[in-house]
Amino acid sequence: MASVQYREIEGRSGAYLALLGVLGALVLAGLGAAWLMEHEGHHITGMTNRIVWGTPHVFAVFLIVAASGALNVASIASVFGRELYKPLARLSALLAITLLAGGLAVLVLDLGRPDRLIVAMTHYNFKSVFAWNIFLYTGFFAVVALYLWTMLERRMNGYTRRAGVLAFLWRLVLTTGTGSIFGFLVAREPYAGALMAPLFIVMSFSFGLAVFVLVLMAACRWSGRSLGDAVLGRLRSLLGVFVATVLYFVAVQHLSNLYIARQHELERFFLLEGGVYTALFWLGQVLVGGVLPLALLFGAASRGALAAAAACVIAGGFAQLYVLIIGGQAYPQQMFPEKEVASSFFDGVVASYAPSLPEVALGAGGVALALALTVVALRVLPFLPASLADADVDVLGGTA
Amino acid sequence: MSPERRQFLAWGAAAAAGSALAPGLRLVELAQARSPEEAASKLQRWGLLIDITKCGGCDDCVTACHAENGVSGHGRPETDAQWIRKLSVRDKRTGYAQALPLMCQHCEHPPCVDVCPTGASFKRDDGIVLVDKHTCIGCRYCVLACPYGARSFIHEAVSGQKADVPRGKGTVESCTLCVHRVDRGETPACVEACNRDGGKAMAFGDLNDAASAIHRRLKSEASGQIRADLALNTGVRYQGL
Repeated sequence: MASVQYREIEGRSGAYLALLGVLGALVLAGLGAAWLMEHEGHHITGMTNRIVWGTPHVFAVFLIVAASGALNVASIASVFGRELYKPLARLSALLAITLLAGGLAVLVLDLGRPDRLIVAMTHYNFKSVFAWNIFLYTGFFAVVALYLWTMLERRMNGYTRRAGVLAFLWRLVLTTGTGSIFGFLVAREPYAGALMAPLFIVMSFSFGLAVFVLVLMAACRWSGRSLGDAVLGRLRSLLGVFVATVLYFVAVQHLSNLYIARQHELERFFLLEGGVYTALFWLGQVLVGGVLPLALLFGAASRGALAAAAACVIAGGFAQLYVLIIGGQAYPQQMFPEKEVASSFFDGVVASYAPSLPEVALGAGGVALALALTVVALRVLPFLPASLADADVDVLGGTA
Repeated sequence: MSPERRQFLAWGAAAAAGSALAPGLRLVELAQARSPEEAASKLQRWGLLIDITKCGGCDDCVTACHAENGVSGHGRPETDAQWIRKLSVRDKRTGYAQALPLMCQHCEHPPCVDVCPTGASFKRDDGIVLVDKHTCIGCRYCVLACPYGARSFIHEAVSGQKADVPRGKGTVESCTLCVHRVDRGETPACVEACNRDGGKAMAFGDLNDAASAIHRRLKSEASGQIRADLALNTGVRYQGL
């Protein structure tokens, strides 16, 4: 087996410090937003009694889903034995941890009582998917940290495959749990159903890889390391397959609903008359998040096209989660089929919602936290290969 | 004895008898009430029966509930708490219109209790679904899970709280079926107001007690549950739906 040289990034340049400074400022802004929301109460946000999960949850779920997906590259190396992906495995596992940390930070800081986090750690209702997820998230940190240790510590290399299998299985269960947070909501037509779990898994493949591709390209470029076409070519095809799979699942979801009479109004809302949600679905989720990346990935072989496709997948992913999470709540709950309903609680009408600055700041703070942790980690430990040039990865079967 | 004098004496005697008996009756009521030390029992299942054919245009139940429980708004209807609300329901084709009060349905299998990560949402043995204000972390998952939109998140600081009804910013709350009154052997404020000032559409009682009026009515008259398809076995039943 060819050995790969890993090296920390230098991290002394002004650009490095400037990057950390910007990310740090965003993290601080996020913390400030959380403080404001906690002191003033959530009425300063766009969230209401009808839209109880807002923009912070879009960010948090994106980061959590992307975290498990970012691990895929490592899994392909360790579990499925693809040598070409091996040099990327450390960065992949690192991103899995940092993205999850960013997502959880947003989720926790949005709580009505974030000061009671200790309660969430000491009181469990084991029938709650949320409670399972608390174990799945903390367990994921532990399992991926163990996996990273087997990769970073030469004496532990022999255990990498086993740790990789464990981490791979754990991430599948984790994303099943994230999807089931929505799938188990029996009373919500836009969510309820077993499809949510596999849908979230394919979304994680796609979003996680898109984030990975962008971080890898930026890290190599900014640290002056070569990144060959062999690696990028593989990642390009992989991302294309994942994007297509997400589109397929979304199509199945909507086609199934279109067949069921009682879901017709729901589909009319999302596909035709839902205003901002319909626009975000077709333009954001389908066009920017699906069609455009596919055209870029399979139509052009340039690096710019790959980066643009990854950025599109991320933007489309945010749109998809916005439509799902916020649109799913905006759509009125159906208590009385075939009846028009009205009340002081806005029953029977599409709930209004507009993202507020504190919510966006908190969400962006989570993204910045994930990236800042990555940037610091890359400087402290050797996560990044010294070179990913074609000649260096060739020996790994890169061009085979 | 003049008729006036006779009537005066009769009224006086009635008043004296009333005032002599009232404390006794009150004692009977108190004796039937649960002591604070006594745990809620599975032998009981508290519930409501609402005949919406008698429910008119008033919102006395809403006013009474919010007064009883100290639920006041900040003039922001989208974020203010609502423990009970009046719903206007109109058939899309025939135009047939009805009104009904909607509150926590105190399900036997409450989705809010299932999803709560800390167990703050819980169901008492006697069927009343509550939120433990000390362990609610404000995640709002229960609000998403409730099929009836019955729960409110407290979006800002609350004032004018009642001693029996603790509330707090950043937590979730909903109808408690006036548990503090029920434990004293009284009926919920909404039921009391409806029967005093409203259409006498609401009845409260022990669904398990074969001798109770609510049990007898549910046994002999047609009734239904909102979203019966979810098979949650709600404690609140409706007639005329």
